[in-house]
Amino acid sequence: MIAIDNLHKSYKTGATSLHVLKGIDFHCKEGELVSIMGSSGSGKSTFLNILGMLDEADEGTYFLDDTPIKNLNEKIAARYRNKFLGFIFQSFNLISYKTAQDNVALPLYYQKMARSERLDRSMHYLEKVGLADWADHLPNQLSGGQKQRVAIARALASDPRVLLADEPTGALDTKTSYEVMELIQGINDEGKTILIVTHEPDIAQMTKRIVNLKDGRIIDDSTVNQVMASAHV
Amino acid sequence: MFSIERWQEVFQTIAKNKLRTFLTALSVASGIFILVVLLGFSTGIQTGVKTQFAQDAESRLSVFTSVTTKEYAGLNPGRQIQMKIADYENATQRYGESFDNATAIVQKWRLQVNYGQEIGNYRVQGIHPDNQFIENATLTAGRFLNQNDVDEGTKIVIIGQAVKDELFKQEDPIGKTIKLAGVNFKVAGVYTDPGGQREEQRVFIPITTSQRVFNGGNNINQMAFEVSMSENFDEAVALSKNIAEALEADLKATHRVSPDDENAIRVRYNLEEAAQIYGLIDTIKAVFWFIGIGTIIAGVVGVSNIMLIIVKERTKEIGVRKALGALPSSIVGMILQEAIFITAIAGFVGLFLAVMLLNQLGPLVESDFIKNPTVDFPTAITTVIILIVAGALAGFVPARRAAMIRPIEALRDE
Repeated sequence: MIAIDNLHKSYKTGATSLHVLKGIDFHCKEGELVSIMGSSGSGKSTFLNILGMLDEADEGTYFLDDTPIKNLNEKIAARYRNKFLGFIFQSFNLISYKTAQDNVALPLYYQKMARSERLDRSMHYLEKVGLADWADHLPNQLSGGQKQRVAIARALASDPRVLLADEPTGALDTKTSYEVMELIQGINDEGKTILIVTHEPDIAQMTKRIVNLKDGRIIDDSTVNQVMASAHV
Repeated sequence: MFSIERWQEVFQTIAKNKLRTFLTALSVASGIFILVVLLGFSTGIQTGVKTQFAQDAESRLSVFTSVTTKEYAGLNPGRQIQMKIADYENATQRYGESFDNATAIVQKWRLQVNYGQEIGNYRVQGIHPDNQFIENATLTAGRFLNQNDVDEGTKIVIIGQAVKDELFKQEDPIGKTIKLAGVNFKVAGVYTDPGGQREEQRVFIPITTSQRVFNGGNNINQMAFEVSMSENFDEAVALSKNIAEALEADLKATHRVSPDDENAIRVRYNLEEAAQIYGLIDTIKAVFWFIGIGTIIAGVVGVSNIMLIIVKERTKEIGVRKALGALPSSIVGMILQEAIFITAIAGFVGLFLAVMLLNQLGPLVESDFIKNPTVDFPTAITTVIILIVAGALAGFVPARRAAMIRPIEALRDE
């Protein structure tokens, strides 16, 4: 599903150049649930940004679902993001003046899907995350866990090949975190490929594979015995 | 442009920034309001001035005489110059080709005119038939005097509408006899003049009759001509100018007047004034446009400013949209639509209020130089186009800023 070889990225700040990623090789098959760990400054955010086509590598190759990701202009990047990727953010990033359902329907709007079909699809995904009754609520009427579940429904709505989650439980308490992880595990069980950036070991243990980054290199990449979140809820 | 979603977003953001949007809209609305009112008044001035000029033929050229102010060829200053009919004949002979119409005028400033018991004092002018066109007079009844009247010296009179109203009231004056300073004349026609009351308080008689009846001999008081117009206004002005100068030189030579005496013989031509005043109107119009456009620019900068703030506030949201697959063009469209919407609505309100004001106030404004200030359809359309362009301009900078927002920066959690 994802094939990355010899990825380099550096940022120029004034005269000095900061080499953030120093040759990452990363392969991931369909249906995997991978957590990417590392302290701050390890390059994990940069790595996720490149995976998410929000940023481009200086060197190396990146294939997503056999499509080479390079030389993207804004337009193609937008189309690929819409088609391949679903994003889940730490701070949810729901649009505050749109209802839960309209938020979920937004990626479909950018696919130019007809309105009635959009609303059907978004309702379906809200049901999937257990928030069908909250469809007409605005984000500020929802709890943190509910917001993140709406965000997950939104990420799923366009039926992407890969879900990218950046600290999805970072803003949630432990109990809610586990509930969200339970949902993510459920989605993974249905065959969706999911990548999670986290620095919480217990969250990482709930994935199937942990990739450890340090100073721009992968220092450890191992499968784990997945802890089912449902056991903790 | 017509998607419900897009419009919902526009209304939602406007609703979130009511006061700011209102203040911005106010500046755009007042800009358009001021522009349209000013343009209305410049149209009014134009109409007013055009009416003023319409009282006589546009290219009228008149010759008057007065007393000399300079000593010349052994003659003392203070001498009254008296034009003779021979001067008129010379002029028509020499420059006749350039004249459409020509008349000599013998003028009595105030003569008692009576019809039965009704008495009035009016200006009496002995003229040639062409005077009708030089005066821009239109007959409402009967006929004007003709060459035959001049040749025969018939005692007929053409009276102004005002004279008719005062002496005849509702009665039909044609064929009736009136007395001019005690001499019987038959009324042959009634005329109106765009110059109004003042110009209509005159009566015309054949010039030969006037010379005979009022013992004027060969003296004339004035000469008036209508110079042929050419397609090109500037050429017409130049032609009038040349004839005026040549004619003045001729008359000065004949009457032995110093070439630099500006009082004794005066030749005036309307086109000169017309050219000056039309130039002035153009300047006024340009100034009005300048002020109006300036005000609109202030409004547009306001809209642009508020849109920039909105973009700034929505940086994160725009980043999310981009991460979800929004094309830059859809972001630009969103911001542009909002800017155009605000300017268009505000502008139409301004336009509407201005047109209302002009409609209400227009008929009340009746000075000599401003008449019925209105906004014509092309002007309204122009302002509407200006509005939409202004809206697009106002939205352009913020929209570009929005399109360049990088999702990675917008989404960075602090």
